[in-house]
Amino acid sequence: MEVLIMQPAFGEISVSDFFYRHRELAGFSNPSRATYMVIREAVENSLDACEEAGILPNIKVSLSYTGDELCHLRVEDNGPGVPPSEVPFAFGKFLYGSKFGVRQSRGVFGLGITMALLYSQVTSGRPARIIVSNGGDIFEVKLRIDIEKNMPLVEGKKRLANMEEWHGSIVELYFKGDYPRAEKRIMEYFKLTSIASPHAEIAFTDPAGDQHLFRRSVEKAPKQPVETLPHPHGVDAEMLRRLLKRSEGKSLLSFMVKSFQRVGYATARKFLESAGFSPHQPTSTLTNDDVLELLDAMRKYSFPPPDARCLSPIGEDALRDAIMRIFEPEFVAVCERPPSVYLGHPFIVEVAVAYGCKGIEGEIVLYRFANRVPLIYDAHSDVSMNVLRRFNWGSYLHVRPQATAVFTHICSTRIPFKTAGKECIADPPEVEREIELALKECCRRLKTHLTGRVSVEERGRRFNAYKKYLPKIAQFASELAGRKNAPNVSLILERILEGKN
Amino acid sequence: MRDVLVKLEALGESICVQLENGELPFIDIPSRTTSNIIYDKAEGRFVLGEARTRRTTSNVKHLRAFTQTVWMAYMAKRLIEEGKSTTLRDLYYMAESYGVKFKDQQESDSIIADLEALLGVPREQLRIFPEERATVYGDLTIKYNVQGYEKTTLNLTASPDGVAIGPALAGAEFQNCGAERVIMVESGGMFTRLIEERAHEKFKALLIHTAGQAPRLARQFAYRLRRELGLPVYVFTDGDPWGAHIAMVVISGSANAAHVDSIVIPDAKWIGVLPTDIEEYKLPFEKFNEKDWKRLHDLMADPRYQSPFWREQLKRFEEEGRKSEQQALSIHGLSYVTEKYLPEKFA
Ligand SMILES: Nc1ncnc2c1ncn2[C@@H]1O[C@H](COP(=O)(O)OP(=O)(O)O)[C@@H](O)[C@H]1O
Ligand SMILES: [Mg+2]
Repeated sequence: MEVLIMQPAFGEISVSDFFYRHRELAGFSNPSRATYMVIREAVENSLDACEEAGILPNIKVSLSYTGDELCHLRVEDNGPGVPPSEVPFAFGKFLYGSKFGVRQSRGVFGLGITMALLYSQVTSGRPARIIVSNGGDIFEVKLRIDIEKNMPLVEGKKRLANMEEWHGSIVELYFKGDYPRAEKRIMEYFKLTSIASPHAEIAFTDPAGDQHLFRRSVEKAPKQPVETLPHPHGVDAEMLRRLLKRSEGKSLLSFMVKSFQRVGYATARKFLESAGFSPHQPTSTLTNDDVLELLDAMRKYSFPPPDARCLSPIGEDALRDAIMRIFEPEFVAVCERPPSVYLGHPFIVEVAVAYGCKGIEGEIVLYRFANRVPLIYDAHSDVSMNVLRRFNWGSYLHVRPQATAVFTHICSTRIPFKTAGKECIADPPEVEREIELALKECCRRLKTHLTGRVSVEERGRRFNAYKKYLPKIAQFASELAGRKNAPNVSLILERILEGKN
Repeated sequence: MRDVLVKLEALGESICVQLENGELPFIDIPSRTTSNIIYDKAEGRFVLGEARTRRTTSNVKHLRAFTQTVWMAYMAKRLIEEGKSTTLRDLYYMAESYGVKFKDQQESDSIIADLEALLGVPREQLRIFPEERATVYGDLTIKYNVQGYEKTTLNLTASPDGVAIGPALAGAEFQNCGAERVIMVESGGMFTRLIEERAHEKFKALLIHTAGQAPRLARQFAYRLRRELGLPVYVFTDGDPWGAHIAMVVISGSANAAHVDSIVIPDAKWIGVLPTDIEEYKLPFEKFNEKDWKRLHDLMADPRYQSPFWREQLKRFEEEGRKSEQQALSIHGLSYVTEKYLPEKFA
């Protein structure tokens, strides 16, 4: 008789099901953190949408309690809205979005707001309400997610007349939250958002009904980052295979030029010849091994560095102004590093060191940003924290930092997040190095400032020297000249005290 | 003395006026850096060029040095008016009680040199003297003209150790002189030897012990003997580059004091120990060490050594690399120097 061993039943789960079971991976680990996450995802999308449309964002956020633990969130923006046909997918399907291209944006996985909807649905049992308009008619969609299938379920659709030419998006959600425990972080999030996105105005009405207004300090929307092709160093085997498939039938030469940034015909020819490929070989004739060989050759070849026009750093001036306004420090040193690359992804590091801030007790507080988004949780293992921990202030500054806020901003087409929660950045050596260099530069600038301040003491010392010697000079000189009275030097001394001499 | 007082007064007046105008005062001092020290062939000595350094109180770093300079001038005025004299070292100590404290004596000496350059007057005229004293021995009767000694006369053979050439002697009146030449002697040992061997009688000489490089007062004293009494001046030193340079400073003055040094005795003669003497008198010698070589090379580059006589001497040193002290002459007996060596030199 044949005895068969029992095999487990096989099955497949959808992305939505996966995130339903592992919501902590996306940052929804408890009601307080979830409160922050829901707000954050909605606000980020609003900022992204406005920026892409070149609109100065006006965002209204209000949070209230409808039950013991049940919160209601409403986020409204003045962005371009979402085409009504896309609304169900954009908001109700995981890994669906408009931001997969190679350029900097806040969202990246097509996951954020959908995760918020999922959390809302499982904790409140109520559908989300999405209202959108591009200035024409207003569309209202009530939406649930079929979690098992990763598909949106539209519960109701309404079309309304638009009397005031309103455009934008409104998201309304119910969810299980804990505002009191999240309050500090949420307020910090808004405060820091107005540093990283100083062109945005955000009004937040908290559950107590108090309105907090975060004004814009820059009247111009930042330059839109340009969408670019991937850099040859930024692709892996899978990506390369996909790109090859897209250009089936072309020659290797034109494939290289059309698929990658920074590769012109001359570069492509030189590269292919050095890698032992004929520039005229059709892509379709490449074997599996050829593809791996090509990838290997691409990694080893030194192509020009990635195009950084796809990035949108905050900028030294905007960053300085925003920090000045919000932290009121004695001095801010800001440093924007030139573009750099890790694994083929361009990135720019900006660091600011604000010395003598209001409301900072102790020595140093770190504020982290990635692609203009403040990172509030999981600081302990973040790359910036690691750099800061190791940083030897003594060798760059002659005084201990006091009430000092350190701001680090990394912008990239691909932030090396450690988790889908997008709160903690991993540490490729290139990124680490750039942060450290920027921090050192800030210290140098800060030191110059502090030395300037010392010169106030210096001026005091100078005055004392004159106070001591000038009367003596007057006395000896008048005796030399055989005069009865020494000239009066008090006027000269006064001028020296006022720093005029 | 009147001139000096006038100059000092003018200095004080110019500073007072600047202060009254509400300006931070400055003074322009002839620069004493080597680039501004020029050899004047016609005069056979170093002089300062035209370069000036501005010491200005508008620079807080100059403030202290400026005060010190004015104080130094003020002290000089008082010394002259009160008929007193003082030493470099005294001034260094005195400054403190006026609140102008010097870091060290080098600093105060350098301020004095600035003042000399500024006024164009050697410090001796400002009644400031160095500590080191040369001594003199021989048949010269002088009459002091310092306060309290106006009637005192002294014959310079009064003490077997010689008489110190201080400010009083340097300014004394020459009354009677039995001497016909001046011999300036480098070492104390040789000075004593010469007195014991009665060289002052044998050679009718005034012996001056320079104790190394001759102090300015000693040179000034010799200069007066040359000018007022017409006595020829001879310099007798060790036979090495250092000894040669003692003679040279007597003849041409010093570069360090180019700003004031007009004490030159162009016809003074170096009689020994010459490098050729080592061979000729069979003197025990030592080989040049590194310092001697360096010194020799410095002298060879020095414009004062370009006459045929001096070029010849330095060439001999260079060829042989040998040096011999004055006292090496004693190898032939204590009286050898007065019986044989000097008579041949004066022959
Ligand atoms: N407020 C909004 N305005 C316009 N478009 C939006 C807005 N919110 C979401 N979207 C669209 O929905 C898509 C999915 O959003 P999300 O799940 O947060 O993913 P991501 O932001 O990572 O792309 C976005 O890519 C965007 O196209
Ligand atoms: Mg998003």
